[in-house]
Amino acid sequence: MTELTGRVTDIRADYMAQVRRKRMMDGIILVIFIALMVSGFMIADDRNAGGFWDGLHRFFDFPKEVVSEAVGKLDEMPAHFITFFPSLIETINIAAASTLLGAMLAMVLSLLSTRGMAKWPRLIPLFRRIMDIMRAVPEIVIALVLIFVMGGGPVPAMIAIAFHTAGALGKLFSEVNENASLKPVEGLQSVGASWAQRMWLGVIPQVAPNYFSYALLRFEINIRASAILGFVGAGGIGYELKNAMSWGKGQYDEAAAIFLLLFAAIVAVDQLSSVVRERLTHGKTTAQAQKVSA
Amino acid sequence: MSIAANETDFLKVQADQQFSRKRLFSFGLPVVVLLYLTYIFFNFDVPGLVKRFEVDNARALVADSYSYKTHITRDNRTGDVTAAIEGERKGSYPEGTVPEWVTLGAADKVIDLGGGHEIVFGADNFVSYDVPGYGLITAQPSRASGVQASLPTSETPDWINASKNRMTITTDAGRLTITRNRTEVFRYFAGWELFFFTLDSPYSGLGFGEVMSRALGGESAAIWQDFWNNKMWRHKDVAWALFETILMAFLGTMGAAIVALPLAFLAAKNFTPFTAVRQITRRFFDFFRGVDALIWTIVLARAFGPGPLTGALAILITDTGSFGKMFSEALENVDKKQIEGIQSTGAKPLQRYRFGVIPQVTPVLLSQILYYLESNTRSATIIGAITGGGIGLMLTQAMITQKDWEEVAYYIVLIILMVMAMDWFSGWLRRKLIAGDESGR
Repeated sequence: MTELTGRVTDIRADYMAQVRRKRMMDGIILVIFIALMVSGFMIADDRNAGGFWDGLHRFFDFPKEVVSEAVGKLDEMPAHFITFFPSLIETINIAAASTLLGAMLAMVLSLLSTRGMAKWPRLIPLFRRIMDIMRAVPEIVIALVLIFVMGGGPVPAMIAIAFHTAGALGKLFSEVNENASLKPVEGLQSVGASWAQRMWLGVIPQVAPNYFSYALLRFEINIRASAILGFVGAGGIGYELKNAMSWGKGQYDEAAAIFLLLFAAIVAVDQLSSVVRERLTHGKTTAQAQKVSA
Repeated sequence: MSIAANETDFLKVQADQQFSRKRLFSFGLPVVVLLYLTYIFFNFDVPGLVKRFEVDNARALVADSYSYKTHITRDNRTGDVTAAIEGERKGSYPEGTVPEWVTLGAADKVIDLGGGHEIVFGADNFVSYDVPGYGLITAQPSRASGVQASLPTSETPDWINASKNRMTITTDAGRLTITRNRTEVFRYFAGWELFFFTLDSPYSGLGFGEVMSRALGGESAAIWQDFWNNKMWRHKDVAWALFETILMAFLGTMGAAIVALPLAFLAAKNFTPFTAVRQITRRFFDFFRGVDALIWTIVLARAFGPGPLTGALAILITDTGSFGKMFSEALENVDKKQIEGIQSTGAKPLQRYRFGVIPQVTPVLLSQILYYLESNTRSATIIGAITGGGIGLMLTQAMITQKDWEEVAYYIVLIILMVMAMDWFSGWLRRKLIAGDESGR
């Protein structure tokens, strides 16, 4: 009996020691994290042109200005919407075309880098590295270089976004491919189908819904990206926004109209794609649905 | 029997219908995609792009990104000959000195471009260029009567661009430009010029071994100073810019997570029974996300000026929306039993959240935060290019000059390496923290 209580106290002491150790570790990590955040904030504040505390009370000045000017010229708003609608369409077109092109390239790259499906199994690491690099390149880098070579316009933005999209989607697609059944592929191989036929008829029908859902998610992201690229000279609504901003004080009604258009477009696409994705994964196992939504 | 047969027929018809529907879809979809791309092809004026495509720009960009040129310039008024790498003051040779392939004679300055190409700056602004396989080109520029060139052939070849006031000769070995006021020779070399030390440093042009042995001999501090403060490549500024970019991503992501976590409780169905509060919080999240980083960046840049703080705040605000949405979804999926268990021991609400909820959602939250950290490194580069901060700003600045393409290439390589390093780091941390959590708790 005494032996037993002795063991229990031992276990309890052990457990308490373990808990203390864990708490201590958690505490140390927390302190390091807070120190990093505070010092990081101070460095950033120091290197910024205007300080945080000075700027804080000015935060609402610009939005107030824009809103008051927009309200003052409310009757001109519909006209502005009509003026800038074509450039919004251009921004959406850039996003859609680059998502399509990027997804097509990603499809090929992902098939070439999935075990069991690759045409050249030895080159799988090579294609994976290619996708890693494509994913790591920010769109703006390619866009700026291409704008220098091709001049401004939607094409540089489209190529830049498609390049990054191919890398980003390629990784997600190859994760989907790994879960696909290889039986149809083997069946097609036994009747002498070529690699392209095996992939197009054996793999793609299995993975198409998941591909589509990822591509839609990417489309949302790409609309934002194409608006930003417009700001550096690649056409679309971002370009108009930059012009409208440069008119300066008293002329912000155009900027307000563009803000509203962009906001509405992003929210609309966001809602639409979440509805479509919901329907696409409806009736499938929850694991799959979760994966897609994640 | 007949009923069964009918049923089979019915099933057959149904299957046929399904097949034709599928066939329509799988052939129709590629056609739709093709039609859309054709529309884009003409809408974006791709055929006109061929005309707008500036081959010279592309060639200069590619050539400059892996090679550099040394300018040898003679001012025709004073007769002074100067040498400068890339024609920049930062890359100038000290006065009176020139590269070893230039011979400064009393009267003639001989510039050897290699491969038999030889340019002579003669007395009284006279210039001659001996092109192997073509002949001797001479020119006598003067302010009164222009370049006055004479060629060995009557026809002007297409690599010579000559007019009264300007002549440009472009060969494989280099380029000679003669105007009334000055004569300039470019010679091209492979590599990135003066990457380690500029010409005013005593270590410029020394080999790696030599520099190392001098470093061991006690000059390491001076060597580091010269390298770190290199005026051409600005290693110090580049390192700061990379740090600023990562700082923006870190502050933005972590700040957003800290702000979003308490708000996410307000937006989760199982923690906030009041529909109104929930709806308002959710609309807030939608608003933050929908306004987009671009607009937040513009608004914030007005208040705080350009710099890393503005970028960090723009990321923070946008991601508060994204995190709020994702966190509240994660919170709605928590297991009630753990919370009830904690509650049964008499825990207060805050303790219930700390010990009943947080441990459950930590792995999901952490993996999302770390994923965003990597993607925000890329966003920080882009935001930096717009507001002015970090490596994005340096990249746009180098691009605006339209000639420092070797620096652009350098920054691009650094950006890609930085993003890949962050990708690797966030993956490593994710594995470490989440695996640690599972074994620990």
